[in-house]
Amino acid sequence: MIQSNRLTKEQYTVNFSDIHPPFETADAALVEANRCLFCYDAPCTKSCPTGIDVPKFIKQIATENIKGSAHTIFSSNIMGAGCSKVCPVEKLCEGSCVFNLMEEEPIPIAKLQRYSTEKAMEKNWQLFRRNEPTGKKVAVVGAGPAGLSCAHVLSRAGVDVTIYEKEAKGGGLMTYGIAAYKVTPQFCEDEVNYILGIGGIEVRYNQELGKDISLTQLKKDYDAVYLAMGVGIARKLDIPGEKLEGVVDAIQFIYDIRSNGFSSVPVGDKVAVIGMGMTAIDAATQAKRLGASEVTLVYRRTEAEKPCTDVELDIAKLDGCEIIWLAAPLKVKGSNGKVKQLVCSKMKLGEPDASGRRSPVDTGETFAMEVDMVIKAAGQVPYEKLVKKYKLDNKNGKLVLKDKATTNIKGVFAGGDAVNGGKEVVDAVQAGKDGAKAILEFLKLC
Amino acid sequence: MASLESNFLGIKSPNPFWLASAPPTDKKVNVLRAFEAGWGGVVWKTLGSQVKNVSSRYSSVNFGSKRMMGLNNIELISDRPLDLNLKEIKECIKLFPDRAMVVSLMADNDRKSWHELIKKVEDTGAHGLELNFGCPHGMTERGMGAAVGQDPEIACMVVEWVMEAATIPVITKLTPNVHSVVPTGRSVVKAGTNGLSLINTIQSVTGIDLDTFVPNPYVAGKSVFGGYCGPAVKPIALKMLTTIAQDEVTNKVPISGIGGVSTWKDAVEFMLLGASNVQVCTAAMNHGFRIVEDMIEGLNNWMDEKGFNTLNDFIGKSVEKITHWEDLDINYHHIAKINQDKCIHCGLCYIACEDASHQSINLEYGKPYNTYTVKEQECVGCNLCKLVCPVNDCITMEEHRVAPEYLNWIEFQQRGLPLNDH
Repeated sequence: MIQSNRLTKEQYTVNFSDIHPPFETADAALVEANRCLFCYDAPCTKSCPTGIDVPKFIKQIATENIKGSAHTIFSSNIMGAGCSKVCPVEKLCEGSCVFNLMEEEPIPIAKLQRYSTEKAMEKNWQLFRRNEPTGKKVAVVGAGPAGLSCAHVLSRAGVDVTIYEKEAKGGGLMTYGIAAYKVTPQFCEDEVNYILGIGGIEVRYNQELGKDISLTQLKKDYDAVYLAMGVGIARKLDIPGEKLEGVVDAIQFIYDIRSNGFSSVPVGDKVAVIGMGMTAIDAATQAKRLGASEVTLVYRRTEAEKPCTDVELDIAKLDGCEIIWLAAPLKVKGSNGKVKQLVCSKMKLGEPDASGRRSPVDTGETFAMEVDMVIKAAGQVPYEKLVKKYKLDNKNGKLVLKDKATTNIKGVFAGGDAVNGGKEVVDAVQAGKDGAKAILEFLKLC
Repeated sequence: MASLESNFLGIKSPNPFWLASAPPTDKKVNVLRAFEAGWGGVVWKTLGSQVKNVSSRYSSVNFGSKRMMGLNNIELISDRPLDLNLKEIKECIKLFPDRAMVVSLMADNDRKSWHELIKKVEDTGAHGLELNFGCPHGMTERGMGAAVGQDPEIACMVVEWVMEAATIPVITKLTPNVHSVVPTGRSVVKAGTNGLSLINTIQSVTGIDLDTFVPNPYVAGKSVFGGYCGPAVKPIALKMLTTIAQDEVTNKVPISGIGGVSTWKDAVEFMLLGASNVQVCTAAMNHGFRIVEDMIEGLNNWMDEKGFNTLNDFIGKSVEKITHWEDLDINYHHIAKINQDKCIHCGLCYIACEDASHQSINLEYGKPYNTYTVKEQECVGCNLCKLVCPVNDCITMEEHRVAPEYLNWIEFQQRGLPLNDH
């Protein structure tokens, strides 16, 4: 049965406490900072989509120049604080740390990054100054990582930025789409405020493109427009029973956990989560942490093809989630309009597909799982109708760019999930930087 | 199993590890604990005229995560009553008759004071005397300590006074706060000292508090130069030791090596460069007397592996290996080689060579890992890459002689061979 309020307040607190706690003391941070070899042309930096100068910021912790350390991080990644909590570092910076090649523990880069950036946020060190006003105005659609990153670079360059955000809070999927044990809603709000602390950026909330505002108007009112509206709708399974009560969208489920408080989010007793990406893991682990007795992740390929990292999968396993590989949902069976069963096809691996991964092939065999809730986390789809309405070049709704940031419409730039279909926060931050650079060039400001 | 027994001027100890004259040897309770831990001997903290100490007294230099790479102090000689020290020395000798008991002395600067002090100390049954001509702070202002050691003539005079009265072996401890330790060393040997010990501490400022602007150690808003010791001074001590071990006057007497000895390896190095035994202080102040356990075991195992039965089998073995620059073989050449299987691609060799040496390492870009190889034609064999490499034996230096025969600089010039070819 799906119900809310399954646990006590204390249980929720424990279940949703920070999964990657910070250094307890400055000395602890120093020990790790001093371990760093200070590599040249460092693999960690090259593995960071925003190219943070990792050896430099760690060295700065070692020399007790924390302000400098935070500046180094934020210069490359204005969401460096949030990224230190949500980045899948095991496949990025920490994954390439040279200590791995010595069979040694890598430097805890994320934890060190958190150390510096958290201090900067706590003390509200505003480490960047705006250039003289240029008189230029840019509209940014979406206050997620790409939009904020773009806006911050533009503001530094003396451009006045207005961000239009469809939600009531900034931060995008950082605020609405990530497990609460990684980042708290309060942290996300603090981070957005810290970024906006530079000034020159106005955020207008509850303003949705295509509804409250139009691209035509933005183009008219501003010198340039940056589209960073991300992706929206969860991918449909297109199977019978998808409309039954108890079939929910992972992003919506996570959104509710983050917006409404743990006790008010209904969760089933036996939950199936469809998908094996980061969002699927976040949904499955949080369903478990909300008090579901059985949570099963269902994925149509094998572990070798999974999109999430080993570390993420381990979190799900440690939370007691079951995993069924090579299973594709066939139909959801219900009774009285409510979910009763998830029927899956057993799959096997066939030839590699366009992604290079071996694609699943139906064996013809099926099996059924007794569940009362099905969470869909099979990816999100872009705002196809919207971009087609504005005649933006796209591929199945994903914006197609001429270079790193320029759309087919003059003065309109784009980046982030709206372009790539959904990647990490850190990728969106880099896209925002690329967007700002292209806009500054377009405005002849650099 | 090798024997670690040491005989320094007839002063016997079960091993060559003595505790240097310093806070760890200033009273019975410490010294007994040291003997129980296994130390071969002690040099009792300097006795002399009455002094008054200040607070604080020590400060240190950290390096990365390592604390106390160097330590400095502004403590004076023993501030305990002389009679109490003498009584306790006697008691310690009685309780541990097999250990060396040497007493450090710094009398007022007149013959009578020295003679009186020596008499009193000899009455305890101590095995030897060490003359403190090195203390660089507090006592120098009164014409004692380093003020004596820095002037070969004064040092000579004091040693002559001492030798008139002493009936047990006399070791003169040299100060490093001089251009060369040899002049004073020669002077005191000529005056009759039976042995030498070195180095005492080096005058230093370890650091400054960046909030108060007061250097360390802090004493009511001020500081003074303190005597520096610990691992940081070892290379300087080894150099000074070598000059004494190579000098034809000073190398006629046994030398007790001091200066940053922390491990059995350090001790071996001092002994290879001519020290008959070693004295330890900072390492004990950092970790306690227990460090001697590994020093004994480590030295023993090393001697067994090398086939040395007694300390004399290897004492001084490296003295002749340190030569004059112009005697070095110019035809010797070696080139760095990077083991690609061991390389972790940190790039430290590359950037060190590129920015600070001979631009002899090639960078082949890779994401995320670059490949680094040595440009053999450019490499001068300086060792810098090998020194910065964090992986043991990843970078090795391979011999590529220029020519088979030995060729030194003098002959090189005589033959008119080309310069600036690298």
